[in-house]
Amino acid sequence: MKRRTLGLLAAALFATPVLAQAQSVPVGAIEILSGPNAAYGIAIKAGLELALDEVNVKGVLGGRKIALTVEDSAGSPDQAVNAARKLIGRDKVVAIIGPTISGEMFRVGPVTNERKVPTLGTSTTANGITDIGPYIFRTSLPESDVIPVTLKAAMARGVKTIALMYANDDAFSKSGFDVMKAAAEKAGLKIIDIESFGQKDSDFSAQLTKIKSLKPDAVGISALVEPTSGVLLQARQLGFGQETLFIGGNGANSPKLGAIAGAAADGLIVGSPWFIGKETDGNPAFVAAFKARYNKDPDQFAAQAYDAMKIMAIAIDKAGAVDSEKVTAALAKTDFKGVMGPFQFTDHRDPATAAGVVVLTMKDGKFVILK
Amino acid sequence: MLAQQMVNGVLLGATYALFALGFTLIFGVLRVINLTYGFYFSAGAFIALYLTRVLGLNIVLALPLGTIAAGLVAVAMDSLLLPRLRHRRTAELDSLMVTLGAVLALYSIMTAWLGPDIRRFPPGTISADALEILGVRLTAAEGLILLASFVLVAALMALMKFTRLGLAIRALAEKPDAAGLMGINVPATSRIVSFLSGALAGAGGILIGLNFNAIQPYMGESMMLRGFVVIIVGGMGDSRGALVAGLALGIIEVLTAGYIDSGLKETVAFAILVVVLWTRPQGLFGRAVGQRA
Repeated sequence: MKRRTLGLLAAALFATPVLAQAQSVPVGAIEILSGPNAAYGIAIKAGLELALDEVNVKGVLGGRKIALTVEDSAGSPDQAVNAARKLIGRDKVVAIIGPTISGEMFRVGPVTNERKVPTLGTSTTANGITDIGPYIFRTSLPESDVIPVTLKAAMARGVKTIALMYANDDAFSKSGFDVMKAAAEKAGLKIIDIESFGQKDSDFSAQLTKIKSLKPDAVGISALVEPTSGVLLQARQLGFGQETLFIGGNGANSPKLGAIAGAAADGLIVGSPWFIGKETDGNPAFVAAFKARYNKDPDQFAAQAYDAMKIMAIAIDKAGAVDSEKVTAALAKTDFKGVMGPFQFTDHRDPATAAGVVVLTMKDGKFVILK
Repeated sequence: MLAQQMVNGVLLGATYALFALGFTLIFGVLRVINLTYGFYFSAGAFIALYLTRVLGLNIVLALPLGTIAAGLVAVAMDSLLLPRLRHRRTAELDSLMVTLGAVLALYSIMTAWLGPDIRRFPPGTISADALEILGVRLTAAEGLILLASFVLVAALMALMKFTRLGLAIRALAEKPDAAGLMGINVPATSRIVSFLSGALAGAGGILIGLNFNAIQPYMGESMMLRGFVVIIVGGMGDSRGALVAGLALGIIEVLTAGYIDSGLKETVAFAILVVVLWTRPQGLFGRAVGQRA
């Protein structure tokens, strides 16, 4: 009797941790939840958790739930690295989602790659992210995949010649310009003028007057949303009409464009990996579920995170075990249809297709899908 | 294209002149480099923005009210900061440092309070119609800037030359101590100069905000560098010099961007500053030493 009790007790003691492990699969996420860039991380966390609850209804690996631990990096690469070490060392996560920005990934990636923990960036668009190593993946489309889709839409509207403008004192704008120029050359557009300006400039009249005299079919602008708005407002003052198609880079893909430039932005087109009104399978349901739960509209970052969580869950399920190596192999074979569109990885663990990119146009100060 | 580029240049130059006018006045009279001037510029624009956006006032009312309000802000700030500095032997350098600190603090308070976002006057505040003659376009806001720059320079010069107040201000500029002994109320006259300078800054901020649609707390800071070039090249303290140098700088920048390379705009502008300072340290219109305003 006594021995039996002890035996049971021992069995319970040993069994409990095993049972707990059998129940949940630990996954980590590192996002910016505080500080000036917290808006991105908070949107991503909301998208991840919405997808997590949907995934956990059925569970993975025959009914086991995923336990997601979200760590705050506060936008600091150091803090992001500490979070990664904690997630791997203490929480024993099988995979990590994030971090939020490329600068953090360049520091976190080498750490997680060395520990052979698959790491999936949902919002890191810089060049060279997946060069970090074979365990680093991303679902976010780099700008070099988005711009060609935008230019194709422009050419379908009869655009043959283009003038390019960019802010020459801002790394984001300059790299967007390089992408735009290369894409325009590749698409066979004739670049008839290139003009630059300072990011904080408010007068673009000299550049725009010159461009107007050259009569291009389109003007491509690579700059943050504020100078882009300034260029559009002044272009209208100088008499640019709808015969000139304005094409925005990634910076123009912001609702602020309509708020600042108003009617002056009407007609501008911009490519975007996601749009709230996109009619892909599951997107309307995602938007409705997000609104119901968080009482606000989802943004691109939430949508990207929502898909990434599901991609991760499927990979864990297909891996057949809570094993980082097997999850990495399963991730590489991803074939998913999400709110962003169809998704697969290239051999280099970048998104394989830009099929989900939508081209938007400004109408009455709001973005709508270009038809 | 050349005609339109010349118009663009004159317009840009007029905004520089408009900005530099009050800046050069306060230096000429009070002998302090008052960097908080850039804040009065932002403040004027924000007050007019509030008046039009929130209270729904017409710009015809918002412009003078915003101008006066910016002048009063300037009186309050300057009375706090400047009196202690003016009597130091190295007033120029001390005032540069103190007002630099003050203006950065003011900008960041304003940003914390109002946010860094760019705002604009409600669409339709000023008619978007443009006058088009022989392919050259001029909008109402642009016309207003041109007109305002010339009228304000003329008014300032007339005030200085033909009124008793102008005489008092000139006396103050010449010899503050002697002016006091001659019965001029020095603190009151200084406050009037602060008011005039702040009001000019405010009017500039409103008009430039109206034309470029870019109102945000740091708007004064981005004008400050050009403002410096204009008042140094024009001769510090000389309002006519500010007008001529402002116009010249605007035209040169626009022609460089339009015919050489838009990336070289600033290179040319600041190279001119260096050359002028090498050859004429007192500026194009400045007299050797003293005797400003």
